[in-house]
Amino acid sequence: MAETKVKEAKEPLFGKKERKLLVDPLLDNNPITVQVLGVCSALAVTSLLMPSIVMTVAVVFVCGFSNLITSLLRNIIPNEVRLIAQLIIIATLVTIVELSLKYFDYPTYKELSVYIGLIITNCIVMGRLEAFAMGNKPWKSFLDGLGNGVGYGIILIVVAFFRELFGKGTLFGAQILPEGYFANNLMVMPAAAMFILAVFIWIQRSRNKELVDIS
Amino acid sequence: MSTTKIYLFVASMTVVVALLLTGFRMATAEQAEINEKVFNKRAILKSLAEGLNGNLDEITDEEVQMIFEKDVKQFVIKADGTVNEGLVAEDVKMKKEVKKPVEERNLPLFVYANPVSNKTYYITAVRGKGLWDEIWGSIALEEDFNTIVGVSYDHAAETPGLGAEIKDNSAWVALFTGKKIYDDAGNFVSINVRKGGAIPGNPHQVDAITGATITGDGVTKMLESGLQLYEPYFATLKAGM
Repeated sequence: MAETKVKEAKEPLFGKKERKLLVDPLLDNNPITVQVLGVCSALAVTSLLMPSIVMTVAVVFVCGFSNLITSLLRNIIPNEVRLIAQLIIIATLVTIVELSLKYFDYPTYKELSVYIGLIITNCIVMGRLEAFAMGNKPWKSFLDGLGNGVGYGIILIVVAFFRELFGKGTLFGAQILPEGYFANNLMVMPAAAMFILAVFIWIQRSRNKELVDIS
Repeated sequence: MSTTKIYLFVASMTVVVALLLTGFRMATAEQAEINEKVFNKRAILKSLAEGLNGNLDEITDEEVQMIFEKDVKQFVIKADGTVNEGLVAEDVKMKKEVKKPVEERNLPLFVYANPVSNKTYYITAVRGKGLWDEIWGSIALEEDFNTIVGVSYDHAAETPGLGAEIKDNSAWVALFTGKKIYDDAGNFVSINVRKGGAIPGNPHQVDAITGATITGDGVTKMLESGLQLYEPYFATLKAGM
């Protein structure tokens, strides 16, 4: 008797689709500059580079794992309470981040404490859970979360780079611009993040016409 | 889905999350508490500036603890000059104390004896209001209870690059070193953070930070109201010298 094996169409770990999930949110579907989500924290924490990087790591972690967990639970979560369930998952992860920071790097915890807590309300995280993780498999959801977290972080770091450089003449606290540089106080104010963000969006949309909303 | 199932889901999720977070917290609590203490001790030692041997950034957490064990004596005093024996200075929460009437306040005082130079420094604690929220600091005085060795400030929510410079701008913080809180006649004048720049040679003034007038005024007020509370106790020390 000839055994006929039904070949299961196995999904590759890093196929084209998966790569797209990871890379798309970095530029062409960036959560901040294209979807315009999570702007408030982008304004608040970006006056210096170091806190922006810690914030990025925290958001990537929360985004990735909340997507993964939500996707794993997506068939058990009752539809009526799904938003609350998502919120609990996010809040749990954020609390873990907060406790870890207290454990490993207390000075940074002090510097960021309010904003770490505010990741819970970062619309990027919950937006991905609702829009993606509730309807997709765990691995894909995880990649989607990581991609969006990194996409958010790239903007944070770019904005923080310019704000610290021109606002204080330093990078990571080390003097870069010559001593005589007169620090531009405007760059330190949250409004400066708005300007840099706008320039970023401008450049991005003039390079990729598809992003321009002509409706 | 039936209501019972929803309740069941919510209840089990709550239990799982509660257990997870409690466990995580218990596992990290001890180290977190040590970290917090070291963080506060560093802020106190930072006010010593040159009075401390070596660069504070290069001193390990263990060494910070050692300095406090060996070279720092802690006192809790009252505004009338008496000592409150029942308390340890590092446990005093200034946030609570500043809300009490002056005569009920507990004031932490850290006396640092430098083992190399044999000099003694008196580190006081002050707390006040900045632009957005509270500001606080440690002020280290020399043995004359008059000359400032150094200061270190911190804040809850001042604007980075402006008000937050009271903590971040080491060049500005260094301006306080060598300033005096009493005039030649022995009257308490404190230190004034002066908008428009300190008058050269005036030992009671430092330059204001551009764009941070209200935070600077807050520092002036905080120093004036905070430092004079230590005066009666210092007077008893002077009398005993």
